[in-house]
Amino acid sequence: MALEVPSELEKEIDDRITHYPVSRRSAVLPVLHALQHHFGFISEDSVEWAAAKLELEPIKVLEVVTFYPGFRQSAPGKYHIRVCRTLSCAMAGSYELMDSICKKAEIDRSGVTHHDPIAVSNDGKFSIEFAECLASCGTGPVCLVEDDFHEAVTDVDALLSQYK
Amino acid sequence: MSQIKYIAGKEPHANETRVIFKNVDRESWDPSIETYLQDGGYDQQKKAFQMEPGEITAEVKTAGLRGRGGAGFPAGLKWSFLPPNNDKPVYLICNADESEPGTFKDRYIIHQDPHQLIEGMAISCFAVGANLAYIYIREEFPEGAQILETAIAEAHRKGFLGKDILGTGFELEIYVHRGAGAYICGEETGLIESLEGKRPYPRIKPPYFPAAMGLYLCPTIVNNVETLCHVKHIIGMGGENWSKTGTPNNTGTRILCVSGDVEKPGYFEVQVGKVTLGELINDMCGGLKAGRKLKAVIPGGSSAKVLRADETFKLGKDDDAKEISIWDIPMDFDTLAACGSMAGSGGVIIMDDSRSMSWVINNLNNFYAHESCGQCTPCREGSLWMKKITDRVVAGKAAPSDIDQLDAVARNIDGRTICAFGEAASWPTESFVAKFRDELIADTNPELEDAFVNAEALTAAANLK
Repeated sequence: MALEVPSELEKEIDDRITHYPVSRRSAVLPVLHALQHHFGFISEDSVEWAAAKLELEPIKVLEVVTFYPGFRQSAPGKYHIRVCRTLSCAMAGSYELMDSICKKAEIDRSGVTHHDPIAVSNDGKFSIEFAECLASCGTGPVCLVEDDFHEAVTDVDALLSQYK
Repeated sequence: MSQIKYIAGKEPHANETRVIFKNVDRESWDPSIETYLQDGGYDQQKKAFQMEPGEITAEVKTAGLRGRGGAGFPAGLKWSFLPPNNDKPVYLICNADESEPGTFKDRYIIHQDPHQLIEGMAISCFAVGANLAYIYIREEFPEGAQILETAIAEAHRKGFLGKDILGTGFELEIYVHRGAGAYICGEETGLIESLEGKRPYPRIKPPYFPAAMGLYLCPTIVNNVETLCHVKHIIGMGGENWSKTGTPNNTGTRILCVSGDVEKPGYFEVQVGKVTLGELINDMCGGLKAGRKLKAVIPGGSSAKVLRADETFKLGKDDDAKEISIWDIPMDFDTLAACGSMAGSGGVIIMDDSRSMSWVINNLNNFYAHESCGQCTPCREGSLWMKKITDRVVAGKAAPSDIDQLDAVARNIDGRTICAFGEAASWPTESFVAKFRDELIADTNPELEDAFVNAEALTAAANLK
């Protein structure tokens, strides 16, 4: 099943590729970002499509997808949450924050592994994973919900209620 | 600078010297080019573009600017490693992959003062002869990437980027390149591989010194966000004048980011070496939390070796030698190195007596195990082994001799890898074992000592919950 990429998205991707006049391969990350942003994750079809677009063997794209924690190979929830796990945030309570979000959003993280770090809520509304240092160590605990950054998160109800 | 007003409650501390952070938390300030231009923005670029490129590099050398990303390497010297009589294109990359745990300075420059970075980059590109530059920004700064792209478009429209800039005939394009969540991309050769569209496996040096063989195997300069911003101010003040701030060989200002167990964590721009750790904690961060005592400090990002609160440090040689406490350490490159740690990225993590050192080192070992790129065996395997051992320590399932094992694993990574991640991953463990050995051992269970040769102990270990 070929990937259906809307023409507007393809135009955005073609424009991104022009930022790399020396090597099309350099555009692997931006092309994957654009695809993930639109489709929610990187499917096998997305890998094939990106490879064809950049005139690469699909393995050259797949090896990038599997390396970088920023790319997902399975569908997240409607809103994807990344909670900072690293030292300063952990000292400020990020593990507790993770637990309370999971409890509130009904997410079961018992099955997560290094290679499959994302857990999705029962209703598919939220998904969550730990992220390593989000570089806001002075305002922990912090998290990203989609592209929104939240600092000193103490009120989980207030956090989640922003997302309908 | 006394006329500048800052947002109420976010005023700089009296010990600060705001240069790079002049506009951070400034009242009625926004990241638009109009605001920047009204404040004298791009004047230094105009000045620099009247100079010879070599003169700019000379000013940066005179200033003594040392890289603010972690290694503290002199920036002017780095630039002068570009091969003479080079006929290949030269590239400049801004390393905005800010991801050293404890560090949160570039975030504020990018979000609040993006044109300062673009101006610093334009001047630096002119100095090194780069017509194409990238800002490699971590994926977790989506808003920052957007702000930078807007700022680049504005600078383009005003003629500070593009073709024939300011009538000099010099051409420059800057593009924003987003990473994808990997700490190793902060290592400059890993970053270059990533920018080439590959897994970010660092390259071996020699021969792959970026200045000689970097992006697309062409001469490439990679500098940190804060470092590139300083170039603008060096041109504005002149290298000689700029070098009068800070202390000898540790010139200029730098941003210290404080997190952990203090009343008021935050960012502070100080003259390098003019503020001691004690002043930073007590005067600038409001001291420790009520009733708590200082236990440990990681002074330069999580990779820096930990300092114990009751340690003393011998500084200087022979007759000039003196002994100082942790409170009296001036926060500069050379002193922190002499104290056996490093100034690194400026991320200062404070831990009080409520913290378990086993828990802390385990948190960091989880980070390094997750972030090892896997290219070199000692690091790929060792970082995971260190995590597994400290996982056991915090779970009460380790034997006392595991602490020696932990130390041995760390020492077998250090110095045996292609890039400095090996040191970054092993120094925390080496220093925590050296300085908090008794505490780590106290968290182990002596009954498990013979677990692997004694069936009874093995069963006991398996049954521990």
